[in-house]
Amino acid sequence: MRFMVIVKANKDSEAGVLPDQKILTEMGKFNEELVKAGVMLAGEGLHPSSKGARVRFSGGKRTVIDGPFTESKELIAGFWLWQVRSREEAIEWLKRAPFDETEVEIRQVYETAEFAPSDPTGEIREREQKLREVVASRRGSP
Amino acid sequence: MTVTPTDPGRTIEAIWRIESARLIAGLARMVRDVGLAEELAQDALVAALERWPESGVPENPGAWLMATAKRRAIDELRRGQRLERKHAELGRELDAARELSARDLDSAIDDGVGDDMLRLVFTACHPVLSTEARVALTLRLLGGLTTDEIARAFLVPEPTIAQRVVRAKRTLAEAHVPFEVPRRAELAARLAPVLQVIYLVFNEGYSATAGDDWVRPALCEDALRLGRILAELVPDEPEVHGLVALMEIQASRLRARVGPRGEPILLLDQDRARWDHVLVRRGLAALERAEGLGGALGPYALQAAIAACHARARTAAETSWLRITALYDALAQLAPSPIVELNRAVAVAMAFGPAAGLAIVDALVSQPQLEGYHLLPSVRGDLLAKLGRLDEARAELERAASLTRNARERELLLQRAAAVKPGSGT
Repeated sequence: MRFMVIVKANKDSEAGVLPDQKILTEMGKFNEELVKAGVMLAGEGLHPSSKGARVRFSGGKRTVIDGPFTESKELIAGFWLWQVRSREEAIEWLKRAPFDETEVEIRQVYETAEFAPSDPTGEIREREQKLREVVASRRGSP
Repeated sequence: MTVTPTDPGRTIEAIWRIESARLIAGLARMVRDVGLAEELAQDALVAALERWPESGVPENPGAWLMATAKRRAIDELRRGQRLERKHAELGRELDAARELSARDLDSAIDDGVGDDMLRLVFTACHPVLSTEARVALTLRLLGGLTTDEIARAFLVPEPTIAQRVVRAKRTLAEAHVPFEVPRRAELAARLAPVLQVIYLVFNEGYSATAGDDWVRPALCEDALRLGRILAELVPDEPEVHGLVALMEIQASRLRARVGPRGEPILLLDQDRARWDHVLVRRGLAALERAEGLGGALGPYALQAAIAACHARARTAAETSWLRITALYDALAQLAPSPIVELNRAVAVAMAFGPAAGLAIVDALVSQPQLEGYHLLPSVRGDLLAKLGRLDEARAELERAASLTRNARERELLLQRAAAVKPGSGT
């Protein structure tokens, strides 16, 4: 199973201040350990929200809101994607991460099979497939 | 809303999965006996299971397990007077260790970890062992799986696996297999059975040879994890990255190759949007790593390169069958086998038409190794159908259905046989 590990933003990450050498080294070591254990599938750090934007949906209306966003506890600064055997394994790995003062969240990623019950006959998937074929054939024609 | 409380038993299980291989590897270096090392590690696990639910999990559970196992090792060695020499060795290590602070000790152990892990890999896949024994031992010592988990994965009774592990450990001890990494000159040859074991585990998960399920993804994940670990242990070996690339790309199709009713969906019929693009990207990166090390591609890297051709094609129609044919030609030269030849026939049929493919397949019909192999009549049936030889096609597909041991696959083959009608092949 896979888990997304969500690292929250803080004042520094929102200010675009890169972590200092010590933290970078420790984090590099931790990442190396994850890779050596075959656990890490992906991991990325995010630019501050000042470089991001939001699109608000309200009925048929779409409104674009430019960053930065103020509620920094709700913002994320980075994420990992881990492959583990259990939720407990993800927690144990996370406990080894070199964080100091923060809260890091793990969330299990849905596997496709888990979507099946809502589409027992595969009808929705078939329809999506047809749609994709149409899109692909249009893309193919000049 | 249901909450998932964190269960101490499962926490210890998770710690075991993270720590066990390093623990066993470190202990095996000290006691020079993988079987004994594994028992010592197990004892430490039992101690943890007794103590941690009450005392809580220690800050550094890996170090706790190692310290506990080492204490047991000393007890064990004291009891067995016959092991005097080993005792002395261990004593020296411990004396040296005592002079270091705890932190120094941790990093001293860390430095040797890679080598110890590699020694464990090569011991578990040692040529004195049967392939079955290598698989069981690798999953147990390196994958951290219990005998019960291995048994369930391979659909055999638990005592069978337990027996296999016990016998394998005895064989290693009796053959006095040294706990070491093969010398540079032997490395590639000794790596071959290691890669074979990992790929065998992967394939058992990817297309189960028996049972009702077409795939068992957990087994693929275990194999991938072992492959990724190995790739970091021997980063200069192109074939390791080739194997990882092959597995990543094949695994990327896992969810697309099973339909909503559990039925298999063949590669060219798969919905490519359902491929796992994280794994595709990882697979292509691993292939690049293999290619970047220089030299001619080995059999795994070649197979990965073929898989990559499919992975890069946005639609089945965009597949570069010419390139795939060329890669199969190279593979057939390097590692000739009737199975490779059969796959080459499929590629040739796609690139140059069904008649060209059928000519290769027909030459394989008399091969004793393919006798009873369901994919031969399955491929032959498809090519015959495309050539309009419908009665022969139907008979071949029905024969293929009668040969497979997998229930889902049998169903699919019978459906294909029933669907052979004039015009259906075009």
